[in-house]
Amino acid sequence: MTKTPLQFRLNGAEKAVFTEGGQNLLDVLRREVGDFAPKYGCGQGACGVCTVLVDGEPRLSCLTLAETVQGQAVETTSGLADGPELHVLQTAFMEHFAAQCGFCTPGMLMAAKALLDTNPTPSRDDVVEAISGNICRCTGYEPIIDAILDAAHNRRRSA
Amino acid sequence: MLEFRKEIFADERDDNLNEIGQPTQRQDMLGHVTGRTRFFDDHAFEGLLHLKVVRSPHHHARIRGIDTSAAERIAGVRRIIRAADVPHNLNTLLSLIGFGRDDEPALAEDTVRYVGEPIVAIVADSEATAYEAVNAVRVDYEVLPHVLDVEEALAPGAPQVNPAYPGNAFEYHDLYNHQKLRFGDVEKGFAQADYVLDERYQMSPIEHAPTETNGSIAAPETNDRFVVHTSTQALFFSLGTSAKLLDLPSNRLHFIGGTVGGGFGGKVDTLTEPLSILGAMLTGAPVRYVLNREEEMQAGPPRGAERWYVKDGVMNDGRIVARQLRGYFDAGAYTRLSSYAVHKCTAHIPGPYTIPNVSSDVFCVFTHRTPATAMRGFGVTGVDFALECQMDKLARAIGMDAIEFRILNAYRDGDMKAHRREAKNCALIECCQVAAEKANWPIRDEFKQMSSMTGGGGERAIMPVNAPARYDAPQPAAAQPPLQPAVAPSAPPPQPAPAAQPAPPPAQPAPPPQPAQTDQKRTYRFSSVVGTRRR
Repeated sequence: MTKTPLQFRLNGAEKAVFTEGGQNLLDVLRREVGDFAPKYGCGQGACGVCTVLVDGEPRLSCLTLAETVQGQAVETTSGLADGPELHVLQTAFMEHFAAQCGFCTPGMLMAAKALLDTNPTPSRDDVVEAISGNICRCTGYEPIIDAILDAAHNRRRSA
Repeated sequence: MLEFRKEIFADERDDNLNEIGQPTQRQDMLGHVTGRTRFFDDHAFEGLLHLKVVRSPHHHARIRGIDTSAAERIAGVRRIIRAADVPHNLNTLLSLIGFGRDDEPALAEDTVRYVGEPIVAIVADSEATAYEAVNAVRVDYEVLPHVLDVEEALAPGAPQVNPAYPGNAFEYHDLYNHQKLRFGDVEKGFAQADYVLDERYQMSPIEHAPTETNGSIAAPETNDRFVVHTSTQALFFSLGTSAKLLDLPSNRLHFIGGTVGGGFGGKVDTLTEPLSILGAMLTGAPVRYVLNREEEMQAGPPRGAERWYVKDGVMNDGRIVARQLRGYFDAGAYTRLSSYAVHKCTAHIPGPYTIPNVSSDVFCVFTHRTPATAMRGFGVTGVDFALECQMDKLARAIGMDAIEFRILNAYRDGDMKAHRREAKNCALIECCQVAAEKANWPIRDEFKQMSSMTGGGGERAIMPVNAPARYDAPQPAAAQPPLQPAVAPSAPPPQPAPAAQPAPPPAQPAPPPQPAQTDQKRTYRFSSVVGTRRR
């Protein structure tokens, strides 16, 4: 099968890989690059565990053709912390017990980051809307919503 | 915020319990929020191959032939695995603790018994190629009659589901086709009751729908072992089952698991590991077998369906004097854990209430549905739903408050349970009181002052003398007579009772005494029904 060269930035670092026609971004990140933070849950855009940011926008990487991110900036939970310094969302998720099995967490964090980056003062409804495409089967969502609101609050306070 | 009520059973505590009541961080939390947690699929292998299976589209069919020639010609197909390639192609999950007959193949041999049953496995260079080859396999089916309802499955002339259990019901100790509980005389109880309520309840199968689907990766290791990364919730079940099906000593299998992307019971059965390992054995390469979402929903095991008939006799003052249950657990096509669910269920009957006359018959029934498995309190959840609905209806019927009604009938320390064990460390009354208080649900002072530690024993501890020897229970509409020795798997099923609606016939004169199950020399125990608590 023909392979196409693909270059993009992943969490600030340049990546160059070869993709096959029809290969999705999730597969490229996990199998070609080795970033296992985004997960496979359904392959149909229904569960949100594969959520990544492409140029700041939340995207379902299982439904994103890999070649469409040519030259763009991709962010995953692997790059969320600043070295040893956790992101305010990560700290809030820890404090609020917003993860149990942890499988939805990387996608949930990316959806939350996209929200806070565009709306520093989200209402509870805004948070619910922002994570409405992300399924969590363990927590019942309340701790996640609390964590995201708390992270927004903490970020404003420290800014 | 968590609240810890130390005043309840304060005199039973001799420690500070300084962990309970305050938050403790999960040890895996940092990995979760940094994306560093490694689930089974988060491991890179050079030359990884992908396994997919051909699944039955029929509830019940004989396989007349399998044609894999077109699949073999597809470039990138490395290996096609058939039932004959599985070294020991028959198992039951609980065989590892000597419970039940081997009844389930890893790949169907000549018959499929549920929609989604695996028949042929394809190992290929990519998932896409594996799917292409799966679609190219031609299976010639002779469709057979199927049965999807538990009571129909026990009726005369029903299609036989599982040849290991010709009567379509699991056979306990190779002798009993159901679990039986007898305490006192329910017919006498119903005769004296002011009000009798006879109801039917049903619970559908429930899919766990974890965000991570079931799967595993098996790879040859340097020391002639196979490393297996797996989503399993039951690592040693999976290891033992794989070793048995593949006829390997278990020390050649190196299982790595424990990090589960949501399980809720749906990852207890050994669904993928044996075929991943077999694929790795036959190709010499790492093999990944992961269910897609559709497979997880269709072929992944659900919480099994249950049907319940509950008949209670209650006095106008609120005392329940008789409770009779007939329950049917839908195991699906194979036993897996359903036999144990029925065990656990029977240990739970009649709920946390002191009732002088109790009778129950619970069947583990085979149907042509997806085999059922564990899920959050399985064995107890369905019957509790039925019993607590029934409690509300009974309370309404006699004009009593639903919480006071439960407090009145709750186990108290020293009571005799229907299982002939003394009730100890009871706490239902206190739970009811706290729940009523929190919900601002008014209960009368005398019920607020009741305690699990007083009022028990005495008359409530009397063991009915005739109970263990009697089994004059109503027969199921269509089931085999209970306590009849089970026939050998090859023999025809015993003649079922004539069909009738499951209304209990009048009490029969007691037959000659029979040894009660508790008198059996071979006793089987599960941990959930034994064990002691500090007093």
